[in-house]
Amino acid sequence: MARYRRFLLPAVLILLAVLLPFIDAALGTDALFTAITIAIFVMLALGLNIVVGFAGLLDLGFVAFYALGAYVVGWFASTHFNGVSFSLGSTATSLSGEAPDGIHISFWILLLLAGVFSAVCGMIIGFPTLRLRGDYLAIVTLGFGEIIPRFFQNGDNLNGFNLTNGTIGIKAIDSPGFPFLPDSLDTWQRFSTLDLNPWYYTILAMVLVTIYVNVRLQNSRLGRAWISVREDETAAAAMGINPVTTKLWAYALGALFGGFAGAFYGAFIKNIFPDAFSFNISILILCMVVLGGMGNIYGVILGAIALQGINFYLLPQLSTVVHAIGDAVGSAALSDVDLARYNFFIFGVVLVLMMLLRPEGIIPNRQRQEELRDDDPGTGDAMGGGARA
Amino acid sequence: MALLEVQDMHSYYGNIHALRGVSLTVEEGEVVTLIGSNGAGKTTTLRSINGVLPAREGKVIFDGEEIQGVPAHGMIEKGIAQSPEGRKIFSRMSVLENLEMGAYHRNDRDGIRRDMDRVFELFPRLKERIKQEAGTMSGGEQQMLAIGRALMSSPKLLLLDEPSMGLAPVLVERIFDIIKEINAQGTTILLVEQNANVALEIATRGYVLESGSIVNAAPAEKLRQDPKVREAYLGEI
Repeated sequence: MARYRRFLLPAVLILLAVLLPFIDAALGTDALFTAITIAIFVMLALGLNIVVGFAGLLDLGFVAFYALGAYVVGWFASTHFNGVSFSLGSTATSLSGEAPDGIHISFWILLLLAGVFSAVCGMIIGFPTLRLRGDYLAIVTLGFGEIIPRFFQNGDNLNGFNLTNGTIGIKAIDSPGFPFLPDSLDTWQRFSTLDLNPWYYTILAMVLVTIYVNVRLQNSRLGRAWISVREDETAAAAMGINPVTTKLWAYALGALFGGFAGAFYGAFIKNIFPDAFSFNISILILCMVVLGGMGNIYGVILGAIALQGINFYLLPQLSTVVHAIGDAVGSAALSDVDLARYNFFIFGVVLVLMMLLRPEGIIPNRQRQEELRDDDPGTGDAMGGGARA
Repeated sequence: MALLEVQDMHSYYGNIHALRGVSLTVEEGEVVTLIGSNGAGKTTTLRSINGVLPAREGKVIFDGEEIQGVPAHGMIEKGIAQSPEGRKIFSRMSVLENLEMGAYHRNDRDGIRRDMDRVFELFPRLKERIKQEAGTMSGGEQQMLAIGRALMSSPKLLLLDEPSMGLAPVLVERIFDIIKEINAQGTTILLVEQNANVALEIATRGYVLESGSIVNAAPAEKLRQDPKVREAYLGEI
């Protein structure tokens, strides 16, 4: 009985997630777009959690992988490279029925490609930074997170070659879909912006796979190696663990999920441009991981839902309430306020409060909790006051 | 042929010439100790042997194979395990998890289980504390765990760095009795120790290090009677 009980809550939650479009339609809440956006960030937060939570490497430039994933889809599923005409399993068709301009490859292939490309880039930036620790590593990753959007911004004229289309970015990215399906299933044949269900189920499946991989990783040999490297690199090496490859795996796997999320985002939002991948996003994702509880998968998911929920739902709702109050009391300042613009201020306050009241996050990871609560983490000789999990 | 043979090893910290041509041998089944004062190069010698601080010159031959280029994390595969200075246990893992980490590179479940039983036989205290978080144990218990964790790799050669450090005298006696027992069960040991008294008591042979060079090498019994050693390291006049 007890064995099944621990699967009960996840099963109920997954069932709720699967039924969400029906609930949404029944209630007429029109929340599917928000749900999809939240799910993208759940995936990003789970990816960053591998780097920050599992391996203990502070990464302030995670948005770079999100951007890389999105641009891979942008390049290979749009009319951007209009000098060539290539199509592979794509949903894209031109009005005349001829093969359209540009490269059009099936989203499902590009999804994998985007993940792998991001993972390789993750290893490339990871490699020179592996000797750095703590603050120094954070600064280098911060730089990488800035370089990538700048590169996309200025990549419209690389010796005359327009790679990224500059600040305007890449437009009209193809939708995912299954072109081989019969016309009666047209919403699945080619995902449309009018029916969000196929999008929702796609990102839900991606999130579930991400969660599964995360859970498996945590309990794997590699997961153990990450914990030991996080605790003491020298001792880990003495156990036969190669710290370099262990950390590289964390970078690569984290970037893999960042790339997946970016690929989906690119296809979903259809227009990507460098400003959509600003430093703020890296910080937002990091906040989700810290708020939820570094290293705890369920905590991180909750953190992502909470922060994006505040962003997309709570703040607009609150704004409406404040506007009503402003109108009632005749205060122009109140009736014009847009609380969504203060989201980073509010996140900052939330983070400071969390650090003061519950530094280990909403749902803490056992070992992380020890690390944050111990007064003297190195030697355990004189310990006594540390909080136990 | 010796199990471990170090030939004319030179090591540096930056520009500081820390080891100036150290040569030593450890035969199978021996306990060999390196004694010397603070800063003489004892720990540096161990670090150069196990790849943490690769030697710039010289050879390290283990079991007939040159291993001076092998990185620190490759040593356990070769059969060299260590209990490093300052113990370096994983303080937030439980005792059991620490011991499992010691067998990280192994796949033979039966062998791991046998070695786990052996560690618990040597250190019954660890079995009592199996679920306890390692960082919350006393210094002596942590030292036991560090040695136990090293034994979990079933090494041919065990490197021990200052196992007596920070321990009460009565505990030092107990730890050294256990080290002797480990050796009697067939594990060769290279022991670095400031407490020359206890080290020479259990060692087969000893080397005396001074300023990065070996100045004396003899059977432990002989070193204990050497007037110079007695004066400098055993605190007798």
